[in-house]
Formats: sequence, structure tokens, C-alpha cells
Amino acid sequence: MKVLVPVKRVIDANIKVRVKSDQSGVELNNVKMAMNPFCEIAVEQAIRLKESGSVDEIIVVTVGAAQSQETLRTALAMGADRAILIETEETPEPLSVAKSLKAVVDREGPGLVILGKQAIDGDNNQTGQMLAALLGWSIGTFISDLVVEESIVKVTREVDGGLEKLELLPPAVVTVDLRLNEPRYASLPNIMKAKKKPLDTLSPSDLDVDVTPRTEVVSVVEPPAREAGVRVGSAEELVEKLKNEAKVI
Amino acid sequence: MSILVIGEHDNDELKPSTLNTVTAAQELGDEIDLLIAGADCSAAAEHAARVTGVKRVLKVDDPSLADSLAENLSPLIAKLAGEYTHVLVPASTYGKNIMPRAAALIDVQQISDISGIESEDTFVRPIYAGNAMATVRSKDAIKMISVRTTAFESATEEGEATIEEITGAQESGLSKFAGEELTRSERPELTTADIIISGGRGMQSGDNFEMLERIADRLNAAVGASRAAVDAGYVPNDYQVGQTGKVVAPNLYIAVGISGAIQHLAGMKDSKVIVAINKDEEAPIFQVADYGWVVDLFEAIPQLEAALGEGG
Ligand SMILES: Cc1cc2nc3c(=O)[nH]c(=O)nc-3n(C[C@H](O)[C@H](O)[C@H](O)COP(=O)(O)OP(=O)(O)OC[C@H]3O[C@@H](n4cnc5c(N)ncnc54)[C@H](O)[C@@H]3O)c2cc1C
Ligand SMILES: Cc1cc2nc3c(=O)[nH]c(=O)nc-3n(C[C@H](O)[C@H](O)[C@H](O)COP(=O)(O)OP(=O)(O)OC[C@H]3O[C@@H](n4cnc5c(N)ncnc54)[C@H](O)[C@@H]3O)c2cc1C
Repeated sequence: MKVLVPVKRVIDANIKVRVKSDQSGVELNNVKMAMNPFCEIAVEQAIRLKESGSVDEIIVVTVGAAQSQETLRTALAMGADRAILIETEETPEPLSVAKSLKAVVDREGPGLVILGKQAIDGDNNQTGQMLAALLGWSIGTFISDLVVEESIVKVTREVDGGLEKLELLPPAVVTVDLRLNEPRYASLPNIMKAKKKPLDTLSPSDLDVDVTPRTEVVSVVEPPAREAGVRVGSAEELVEKLKNEAKVI
Repeated sequence: MSILVIGEHDNDELKPSTLNTVTAAQELGDEIDLLIAGADCSAAAEHAARVTGVKRVLKVDDPSLADSLAENLSPLIAKLAGEYTHVLVPASTYGKNIMPRAAALIDVQQISDISGIESEDTFVRPIYAGNAMATVRSKDAIKMISVRTTAFESATEEGEATIEEITGAQESGLSKFAGEELTRSERPELTTADIIISGGRGMQSGDNFEMLERIADRLNAAVGASRAAVDAGYVPNDYQVGQTGKVVAPNLYIAVGISGAIQHLAGMKDSKVIVAINKDEEAPIFQVADYGWVVDLFEAIPQLEAALGEGG
């Protein structure tokens, strides 16, 4: 079985983002970029499935600018077999990403697609669900456990009340949560080897996908700042302030 | 403006998240229908009919909807959406699971997790873990929206809506519910509690969380945690507060042994009053705390318990 893993290049999770002064977005120039942490977990899970014998080939794909090749190379260095870049200068919305991914699924015929549950830039939490809708496939979102069997995919989902288990009819789409696994680092020899792995570039028009945005960003601003408060030195002082000053207990 | 709110419920009761979502709907207009899609869900539908501002409850009672499986529920929402200008759902794991699938089925780009409404097509939403606020305009004819519940008050329950029974659900056969492990607690739910006390890696063990639970019991508070505490196995996943866990905004949030990483702040910095208890005076949590106490938590928590006890 083939597995497809869509990955996204985002600002590194450790960087504090800065809003541009013209309010058009956040500063991306000279900012450290990295693979979305949830996508790393998705790639790791695909590699584990290959190591356990339930998957033969791992294809990673991204929709984005030419620089997104770096992210694909990272996935190849971790252990993916080949990569596809769908190159576009537009900032793609989840719906157009999902449409592009559907076209790749139609070409490649994977039995499973593993995505991150959300990208830490847009925080949309949509792409996997939309892809499953367009394909008419089963979906397991926010998973913390995955068992792939011959004719069934078993998932455990992290939901607001605790955990939920589902059985999915393959082919399936799953989106991964943080506790599914701990992604590996790519070793130096594997980083070298990854440079020789195949990476194809396509355009949205090759796939016959319209990526015209449906939403327009009017402005991006800083959130209202919280002011640091006062220090307290004892439990009595804290309780007194919470009661009489803040009036919250 | 005609608005459909997708009610989150467990067939018996409406979840509080629905009440906040109805308030968001009221900012858009007053033709509000509330969908209760479930199995044996009459009690939830009756509860829904009492929500102030709702004109009509649409009840779809079908065995295929018992477990809110996206494959069965989303096509129903997609089918109903054509009658409305806006469809709203709480941005809980329930809403996040079903709404994008419904939106894609009708070729709409969903607007996720809105915290403000500027006009009928323009919405404010946090991006980058709340480090930036984006105002976005939707060009789609039908707006499919998930709502950040902490940004809107709860609707009251003084209404008298009609309940209309409709059909249209279908079993997809694509997925099956196979069990759940829900965390049972006598304490208030995290997302609706007035007071929350959360522990981080500094707690050192799950057993030590009992110290926080004793305080929680005195204050009628919920107990939360950082990702580090959940990853370490001190507490279950549904305790996690943050960018990728729950977003909370109680009157009082007490962070104990939590450093204040941006991903954690994303989930709690809209709390009214924040208390930080941490032994490292440089910890970033102090930058957002109204009251900061630089102290070893293992000294502080028993003292806090005693101080609360005395005052009653
Ligand atoms: C400042 C700012 C400005 C923006 N401006 C615009 C704009 O003008 N127009 C517009 O249309 N959108 C805009 N966006 C939206 C932005 O592009 C979204 O981040 C994007 O649409 C995808 O959403 P997401 O990454 O949050 O998706 P999610 O649904 O959260 O992503 C979940 C998973 O889907 C997969 N995935 C997501 N994106 C890709 C991808 N590109 N390639 C491969 N796999 C992927 C990954 O596996 C990921 O883990 C803007 C966002 C920001 C932060
Ligand atoms: C993609 C992504 C998503 C994430 N999502 C979330 C999320 O949703 N929620 C979340 O919380 N995190 C999230 N994180 C993780 C986040 O970056 C931090 O790693 C995490 O919040 C740290 O938890 P902590 O503060 O408990 O631990 P630490 O950062 O290790 O802090 C422990 C604190 O305890 C203090 N301490 C230790 N011992 C004592 C003592 N005896 N007395 C007093 N103080 C003491 C220390 O001074 C320190 O400040 C995410 C990270 C990534 C990359």
C-alpha cells in the first residue's frame, strides 16, 4: 500500500511572530521556517507503518512556494521515498490545498492519507476533513493511536471529553495529534541521501485545480497586550488580593 | 440573514458551547434555527427549544447520527446549508471534526475559530497561536463558520422555540464507533469553569496533582494542565490547555509550575485574572500574570490551601 503525507512549511514553532506594520500579515522575511510539527508526526507515523510492513511507499506532498522544497527534503531525510511539490505563489486556502491533494490522490492511488490536525500558522484545522469530503473517504481526526489492518483502520481520537475509538473503512484519511509519536531526527547520511531522492514539481493547472482564494485578509494586527501585574509574597496576601482587589473568589 | 446553528449535544443535553454559538448567531441576525441531529435526542431538542433567540429547532432523529460520525452528519449539514446565509458550529473537537467536511461538500472555504464579527461577511480570528489577529472577508455565498466559544457570552435559556422534526440522514457505512474513555469528574468542565487551576511539568508527578485538586474543591474550580504535564502522563489528554488543546477564559486562572510557552498562553491569556506560581522569576508566565508569586510550589500550594481554608 502507498501512503500519502501532505506536509506544510511554516514559521518555526519556537519563533515569536511579528505582525507587519502595514497590517498585511506577519513578517516572513529572514524568519526561521520549519516543517509544521503536526506534519512531522504524520511523516514519522508513515515511516513506522513502512517499518512494520503495512506500507510499501511513502509519498510526501506540499502545496506552496519553491522554498517548500526544503520541507520536502526534510521529510525525505526522515525516511519518505519520494516527493511532489505543487508550486504556487498564492497563499493557498485549506479548500484549494484539499482540491490539489485530491488530484494527487487520484493520480497516485494511496490507501491512506496522513495529515497534521492543524498547521500552527493558520490554525485552521480543516485540510484533512476537506480532503476526505472531496474523496468521499472515511476520516479519523485528532488521532493519538493508529492500527492499520488489511480491511480496517482503527483509530483513537483525542476529543474534548477524553478519548474516542473509531473503526474506519479504508481507504481513509487521518489527521494526527501530538501524542501519536515522537518524530525522529534525520541523520546526516540520510540528509545526504535525501538529496538524490525523486522530487517532482507540478503546478495547480497541471492538476486542473483552481486555487483562486475565497477569502480576503483585510488586516492582521497584534492582539491586545496584557500588562504584567504585581508580585505577592505569601498565600495570605494572594488570597486577600483575589478576594478584595480582583474579587474573583 | 438566516442562520443555522449546529447544536453540540449528547442526545440528552445541549452542551454549553452551543449557547455561546447562539450568541454569535444573534450578532448576525434574528432568524436563527438550531439543528439537533442525533438518535433518541428528544431531550436535547427540548433543551434546545429553551435557548433564547432561537426561532426553530430542527430535530433529525436517526440511528446513524447516534455517535456524531462526520461521514453521516456532515452531508446532512451540507444539505441543509443551502437554505441559510450562515451556518455556525462551536469550534470544539465536535465542530472541528464535522464542519470542514460539510463546507468542502458544498465548495465553501470555512472560516475557523472566529472571535469577533465585523459584518455579515467579515470576521476576526486568531492565527499563530493568538499572536496575531486576522480580519478576513469571505466571498462565499454561504458562510460556514466555527466559533471560539470563549469570545461570546452564553445565551440564556428563556426561549420557547418550536421543534420541527425533519428527515434526511443516511448511514454512509464508512466508519463505526468502537468505544470511548471519557474522563469523569465531579468538578466543573474546563471550558465553562469560572476558576481553573492548572499544573505543569513542575508538578513532577500525577500524584502531586492531588494538591491542586484539593484547592480546586475549595474553589469549585476545574483542573487543567500544560502539554508537558499531559505528555509526561501526569493527567489525561483532555486536561490540556493551549493552542492545540482547549481554549479557556475563566474569571481566575491559576498556573502552577507552568513556564508560559506561547502555545500554552494561546489557550488561557484571555482569562480575566491570571495567577502564576513558579520558582523561576524569569518564567514568561509572569509577563501575563496579574498576581505572580515566585516560590517553590511544594511550599506554596499547602500554604494556599490553608489560607483558603481559614477564609472559608
Ligand atoms: C497572515 C496570514 C495571511 C493569510 N492570507 C491568506 C490569503 O490571503 N488568502 C488565503 O487564501 N489564505 C490566507 N491565509 C491562510 C493560510 O494560507 C492557511 O494557513 C492555509 O490556507 C492552510 O491552512 P492551515 O495550514 O491552517 O490548514 P490546516 O487545515 O490547519 O492544516 C492541517 C494539515 O493539512 C496539511 N496541509 C495544510 N496546508 C498544506 C499545504 N500547503 N501543502 C500540503 N499540506 C498542507 C498538513 O498536513 C497540515 O498539517 C493566511 C494565513 C495567514 C496566517
Ligand atoms: C506544535 C506545538 C503545540 C503545542 N501545544 C501546546 C498546548 O496546547 N498547550 C501547552 O501547554 N503546550 C503546548 N506546546 C508545548 C509548549 O511549547 C511547552 O513545551 C509546554 O507548554 C511546557 O509546559 P510546562 O510549562 O509545564 O513545562 P516547562 O516549560 O518545563 O516549565 C515548567 C515550569 O515549572 C517551574 N517549576 C519547576 N519546578 C517547580 C517548583 N518546585 N516550584 C515552582 N515552579 C517550578 C519551572 O520554573 C518552569 O517554569 C506545544 C508545542 C508545540 C511545538
